[in-house]
Order: sequence, then structure tokens, then C-alpha cells
Amino acid sequence: MMAKSVSVKAGDKSHLVIDPITRIEGHLRIEVDVKDGKVVDSWSSGTLWRGIEPILQGRDIRDAGLLVQRICGVCTWAHYEANTMSAEVALGIRPPTNARLIRNMINASQFMHDHIVHFYALHSLDWADVGGALKADPVKASELAHQFSKMPYNASVDHYKEVIEKLKKFVASGQLGPFSGAYLGNSLYKLPPEGDLIVISHYLDALYIQVILAQMMAIYGGKNPHPQSLVVGGITSVMDMLDAKRLGQYTSKLEQVGDFIQHAYLADIDLITHYYKDEFVEGWGCGSYNFLSYGGFPETNDWQAEYRYLPQGVIYDRDLSKVEKVDEKHITESVAHSWYKGPEKGLYPGDEETVPEYTGLNPDGTVKGEGKYSWVKAPRYKGKMMEVGPLSRLLVGYASDHNNMREMLDMYLEKHKADVRQMFSTVGRTAARALETAYIWYGAHKWVDDLVANLAQGDERTWTRFEYPEEETNTSVALYEAPRGSLAHFVRIKGKEVTHYQVVVPSTWNASPRDEKGQRGAYEESLIGLPVPDLEEPLEILRTIHSFDPCLACAVHVTDVDSGRVKKFKVEV
Amino acid sequence: MNIKDLQGYYMSIIGKVDKRLNDLYSSKAEEEFNNRLAENGFTRRDFLKWASFITAALMLPPVFESRVAKAAAVKERTPVIWLHLAECTGCSESFLRTREPDIATLIFDQISLTYHDTLMMASGERVEKHLNEAIQQYKGKYVCVIEGGIPTRDGGIYLRIGSDGETGLERARRITKDAKYVLAFGTCAAFGGVQAAYPNPTGAKGVRDALGIEIINVPGCPPNSVNMVGTILHILLFDKTPPTDLLYRPLWAYGSRIHDYCERRAHFDAGEFVEEWGDEGAKKGWCLYKMGCKGPLTYNNCSRYRFNQGTNWPIGAGHGCIGCSEPDFWDKMAPFEEPNEKAGIRIPGGKGVEATSDEIGSFLAGATAAAIGVHAIGSVIRAKAEKTVKKESE
Repeated sequence: MMAKSVSVKAGDKSHLVIDPITRIEGHLRIEVDVKDGKVVDSWSSGTLWRGIEPILQGRDIRDAGLLVQRICGVCTWAHYEANTMSAEVALGIRPPTNARLIRNMINASQFMHDHIVHFYALHSLDWADVGGALKADPVKASELAHQFSKMPYNASVDHYKEVIEKLKKFVASGQLGPFSGAYLGNSLYKLPPEGDLIVISHYLDALYIQVILAQMMAIYGGKNPHPQSLVVGGITSVMDMLDAKRLGQYTSKLEQVGDFIQHAYLADIDLITHYYKDEFVEGWGCGSYNFLSYGGFPETNDWQAEYRYLPQGVIYDRDLSKVEKVDEKHITESVAHSWYKGPEKGLYPGDEETVPEYTGLNPDGTVKGEGKYSWVKAPRYKGKMMEVGPLSRLLVGYASDHNNMREMLDMYLEKHKADVRQMFSTVGRTAARALETAYIWYGAHKWVDDLVANLAQGDERTWTRFEYPEEETNTSVALYEAPRGSLAHFVRIKGKEVTHYQVVVPSTWNASPRDEKGQRGAYEESLIGLPVPDLEEPLEILRTIHSFDPCLACAVHVTDVDSGRVKKFKVEV
Repeated sequence: MNIKDLQGYYMSIIGKVDKRLNDLYSSKAEEEFNNRLAENGFTRRDFLKWASFITAALMLPPVFESRVAKAAAVKERTPVIWLHLAECTGCSESFLRTREPDIATLIFDQISLTYHDTLMMASGERVEKHLNEAIQQYKGKYVCVIEGGIPTRDGGIYLRIGSDGETGLERARRITKDAKYVLAFGTCAAFGGVQAAYPNPTGAKGVRDALGIEIINVPGCPPNSVNMVGTILHILLFDKTPPTDLLYRPLWAYGSRIHDYCERRAHFDAGEFVEEWGDEGAKKGWCLYKMGCKGPLTYNNCSRYRFNQGTNWPIGAGHGCIGCSEPDFWDKMAPFEEPNEKAGIRIPGGKGVEATSDEIGSFLAGATAAAIGVHAIGSVIRAKAEKTVKKESE
């Protein structure tokens, strides 16, 4: 069966279906209307539903973390920790200092891993053209690399020659693998050939760096993906924690990775910012006006929001002069355009239920844009759409002058003679992720130092004992930051059993379909106005969608579960 | 077949293997291969070390070492089509962590990763077209890897892919039809996995159950990259699937229990147990059985290879095994932090007892020696990797 032509002419508009969107986690479809070479309307649709929520019903709360972890094999630590923290809130306990620090250290390796893999394996080919790299001059490439870094990573002329040879042989072999059907030579690529070569050479280097980062997670996490050392009340890797050799392994790998972040990743972002300056303008690939961050990496044992390493706050209408505190009571989810039954109006996650109502596609295979069209729900904060992720965190940190985030962003902006408002763009979102990687790298050093200091005092505790509640607990929430953005797990427990479970994940915010008022989600809003000169190669759309780091496995796999409602779980097609 | 019979099996097919290798061999191909090695910064010696690692990892008799090396040099790149169904991408992520050989080598030299959702540059129609062409071009020749379970309830509507809204079930059926080998990577593709846990709302099934076809299962959540890469290499080297157990899992990887090679086994036999997280026993690395460890019920090689190039593994990090390579482990092994009452495992008393001498516990001495050999070779490979990094950072 051949895929049929995906662009449909209707009047003066063309309708384009892009499915599957590759280089993401999970299954995503994007549809857009294009008029006069620009996107005028868009729909984001999650195309897989796994129904993990009813599966959690009645499980032992100690097993729930391992199960929800399987929502996503990429941010493999995030759901595990967010679940564990929400269980700890419900049980009224907090883990000891050592466990908090080890968790932060594991999470730091997760963030760096996720951001680097995202940028290189999943996103860099939207910015760098393999076709260009083949034509590059290795001598000029080395010179160009030195313009953007004093000590550029792996930038010798010989190395660049080797990379070109490798690519040429690869292309000549006729079996192109992942580069098959690549948009070679597309006019929307703006790097010089030498720039393409630099980024693609780092694409290959990053394949090894991500192995080191996974090893870092395994030191205290047991393995990667899907680490297994986190338990309600603390961590289990006490033997590794007390072994100085383990700390040495962690810090030496941290330095190896730091070299790459500093001299490859940040330098490549400067290169891209420089050559894509036409796109580094307010609104290019960013339609969001509101930005949300819950705050991540607790720095105190009671997890106070204001002392988290990643900041907490809400920004409305792109107004960077005010930051509002977050109150989870204002979170609602609407299913007006999602394949679930429910009232038009959004509900608080503690009060929702999830009954699938699949209404199918139009006869021509397109989504029913006016009706229900996605397995993703539409979360809103105070009824407004929000963007979450590294850009939101950086802007909240900038606006609230959190730690040194403002100075960090100012340095980048000064280098490119840019105004902070230019950050509301695809380039800005991509740069924010890189800056955050360096920020987390500094954080990891701090937690290592804190751990050494705490152990030196003779504190070896890694776990807090707890009792199971006889009565059902209130809905308990841990607000958490995953690499892709704000993540909240809502849980109720009775005895050892889970009686209610609900997750609102980062990609649900960003990939959200329209809500009952017709407000688009962040992906949809951000595509409006983007140029699509060639319907065959919608590069600009992919560049913007990828800049969010979509994780559709998360977005569509978890909604909620309520006791006794499993029986109602009936699907009507 | 039992794991004890593996060595005998390979000795019995050695004549066929030699004939195939001689048919494929040409001095030109070998020369080209040696050039490729040199281009990638590997010496002949590195390559032979790699060949002995693979020989030991796949539990081949030592005489196969030279044959592994020869096979790697003469084979053509095999097209691999990797499908994602109901999954979390953890198996792909684990596959990407391989250094045995590293992924760049795999992509460029060992296999042709013709289609993989997570890595493909193009999207939408272009990539669908490429996939369809590849199926035609390599009809009957390609290896189809499936990651993820298959939703089957209500006609499989819970997963639709492509502009025609093809269900995961239709897609899996269409693309496995002309594959030479079908490999189910991960517990979801093998047995349904997490979405198939009770009450299995989407009717998710493993590939064999959903399609009724012959496959090899490489379960684990996710499987160790050693097990995935090893299974692919076995096919590349012998043009044959490896011998399996009754659940269609390769015996070389899933032929013995975690418990049999566990570094904490002596504490089990001595009756020394962790009783509470973070207690004195936990600090000393005592047995985790009472904390719910499913090692005695789980067939896998984690205790021999560990994860992430031997960095650590769950039991090493003080957490019990959860049995993730067994069918329905989310239901049958739970709760994970309590011992399974019905399993009938005899817990040694406080004063220590003799090791339980079951069939698998008294495993071939030869295999143990091989495992030690693997460890030594593994560290040589790691040392090589460290050297490469050092070179790069200079």
C-alpha cells in the first residue's frame, strides 16, 4: 500500500498532512493549511493511546513509580521521580539529604543526556544540511570552528577530512540509512557548507557522549534507560554512595561531558544563531504568550519552591516584568477536541475521568479539525494556553532574577547583539535548551560538593521510614520539571493501594489540541505564519515542532484513573 | 534445547558455517573491510579482540573466534527496518547506548538501518515512500525489528500511523510479511509489556500472539544492548536465528537465571539479607531477596554483563530485580518490594546453608570461564574507548 498524496488543494489553500513526524518520541501527526506559501492554520494530533492509567488502579504504591516510568524511555528518570515525590507528599514524608542530592545528581545526568541527544540526534538535521557538509572545505571548517570557540571540539582539519570521507562513502554506498529522503540542499538551510560540516561532525561525536551520560546515570541509578534505584522514601544505591571510587567516576565523566557542552554544543548554538539571525526574531516559530515552570531540583529537604535550582513561576502575555507563583489548583484539562468523553469545560485533574471516544478521521484521511482530533488532552492554566520547557524555565529565571540565570542569558544575548524578546522564537527555544544544559552541568558540581560535605559529617541515611494511610489520602501533587517541561503527578493512596492517578505531562501542554474556547496549543500556535515554499519538504515546520522536543509517548499515554471506574472503560467507535 | 547443549549445537553446524563463509569469501572484500577498519581508527588487533568478545558473549565455542572475524569481513550490509508500535522508545535508547560495537559502526558498517522512526531525517509522505520502496527492494532479505506491543482491541484503532491512518496491527502485518527475520525487541514486542498489564485496556499483545508468525524474542524493559546487538550479529554471522528457549528467547542470553550468577548470591546462601532500605545489610551489599528481588525467577544475563558497558545494574545499585524479561511480569512479579509467596523459593536460615544445587546452579564450568574472559575483554574494549575520547579532546 502506498501512502497517498498528502497535500490537498482546496480553493486557494493547500492542506498538508505530515505523518509520521520522525525524530521524536512517540507518534505525532501535524496538519496545516498553507496559503501563499505560509501556514495559516494548524492541527496537532497524537495518534497512539496506550491507556496506562487504568493499569495503575489498585497497584501497590511502591510499584507505581516503576510502572509510570515506562511511559517514556527517553526522559526515563522523570516520571519515576515525579511519581515517587507525589507518593511522598501523600504519605507526608521527605527523603533524607543524601537521597535528595543523589536524586539531583541522577536527574542532572538525565537533563544533559536528554538535551544533547535531542539537539544532535533529533534536531540538528533541521539546521544543518548533510548535502552541504559533503561540499565543505575542511581547512575553512576548522577556521570557522575557531571563530565560535577558542578550543573547538574535535575540530582539526584531518578530523573534518575523515568525516567528509565517511559521509561520501556512505552516500556512495547507496544505503543511506537515517539520511534517506533527507531534504538535501533545501533553500531553508542557512549555514555555510563548513557550518553544516561542523554540526554534523558533532552529530557523530554526540553518539559517544550520550553513552557516557548514560553511564553517569547508571553509577547511582543502576542502569539507563529505566534506572531502578529510586524507592518511596529515598534511594537504594547506598553502597555506591559510600564508595568514593563511584564519585570519582561520576565527576570524571562530568568533565568529559563538560568539554563537549562548552566547546561543541554551545559553540554550535552560537553558529546557528549567527547564520539563522533572520529567524532570530520575536514570533518566528513561537506563538506562545504564556510560559509556565513548576520548578525543579529541590535544594532544601522540604522542597520549597523558591529554593529550587530551576525556578518556579508563570509569565503572562510575554510580560517579563512580572512572575506569578504557581498554584496547581488552577490547572484544568479540556477534552472538547480530544478523543475522550467529558464536559466541554476543563476540569481539575483530581476530578476528571477518562473515557475514550474515538470519532475517527475524515473520509479523505485528514483529522476532523472542527471536532475531536487527538489522543492528547488540552491542559490550561487559569484557562490559558501555556508553553513549558527550557525556554519557559529560562524566561521565568530571567524575569525573576533566579540564581545566575539572568546573567547567563544576557551573556548570550550580548554576544549576538540581541534583545531578550528575540527569545520568543524557534532559535530562542533551541538556544535556551543549550544554555540550560550548561546551567545543569554547574548544578551537578554543586550537588557533588554538597554530598561530600554531608557524608563528611557522618550522615549515611538514604531512606525515610513511613506508614501506610488507613483512610484514603487527599489528592497529592508533586510539581516537577522534566527535561521537556513541567510535569505533575496527582495521586491518592489508601493502605498500600493507588486509588487515583493522574499525570499532566510537558508534551500535553505543548502538543495540546484546541480547547473548548478554540484556543490552539503551543505547537499549533507556533506554526502560524511559518513559510512553506515547498510542500514536499516542510523543513520549517519540522524545525519548529522539533524545537519543542516532542514526547508524544508521554502526552498520550497517561491520563487519569479513579477507583471503581475501570468497569466503565468502554470504547465507542 | 538447553543452554548446556549450545556448544554442541554450534560444533554440529561448523561444517555448514565454513562452507557458507568460503562461498562468500573474496580477498577483495577482506581488503576493503581492513581498509574500513583503519579508516575508523581500529587496528587489526582491536578487531580480533572484538571478535573474541562476540564469540564469548554469544556463548560460541572458542574455535568460532576466527570464523566470527571472517564473517564480519565478508558479509554484505544487511538492511534493517525498525518499527515503533505501542512503546516508550526505551529499547531504541538502550540500543543507542551500545559500544559492542558502537552505534556509529553499526549504522555505517555493520547494518543498514534503512528505516527507524526516531532517527530518520525526513518525515511524512517522503519517509513513508522510502519505507515502501525499501520493502520492495529488499523483499525477503531484510531484518524487521519491532519495538512495542500491538493494540488489537476494536480493530487496533489505538495506534494509527501514516497519512492513511494505518493501524499498528495492519502496519506490523504488512511489513513483517516480506522480512527474512523478525525480531521482537523488548518485553512489549515479545509479550505485550506494560500496556498489556491488567486490565489491558487496548488489548495489547506481543508480535507472535498478535500476528501468529515465527519470531525471536529479545525481552527486557529495556533489553541490554548486548542482547539486541548480539542477536543481530548472530543473524549477520550465521544467517540463522540463535537457538531459543520455549519462549523463543536466545539461549545464550536467557538460558540462565539472574540468581545463578548474582554477585550477592553468597549472601543468599549464607542467609544474610537486607531487611530495610538503607540498613547495615544494604551498606554491605547483602542479598535483596527479602526486599522482593525476583532474580531467582528471572532468566536473563544481567548479572553477567551488567548495563551501560558494565557500569552497574539494578541489584548492584541495591534494588531487587523486577523480572522485566519475563511474560506478564507487571502482574505476576508484583508487588516488587515483597518476596513472591507462591514461588516456593527456599530461604536459607540465619546460620547459612549449602548452596541450592539445582540444575542451572551447577552450570558448566566452561561457561563460567567464558564469562570471566568476557569481563577481561570488555575492559580492553573500554580502555580503547577511553583512548578514543582522549584523542578527540586533544
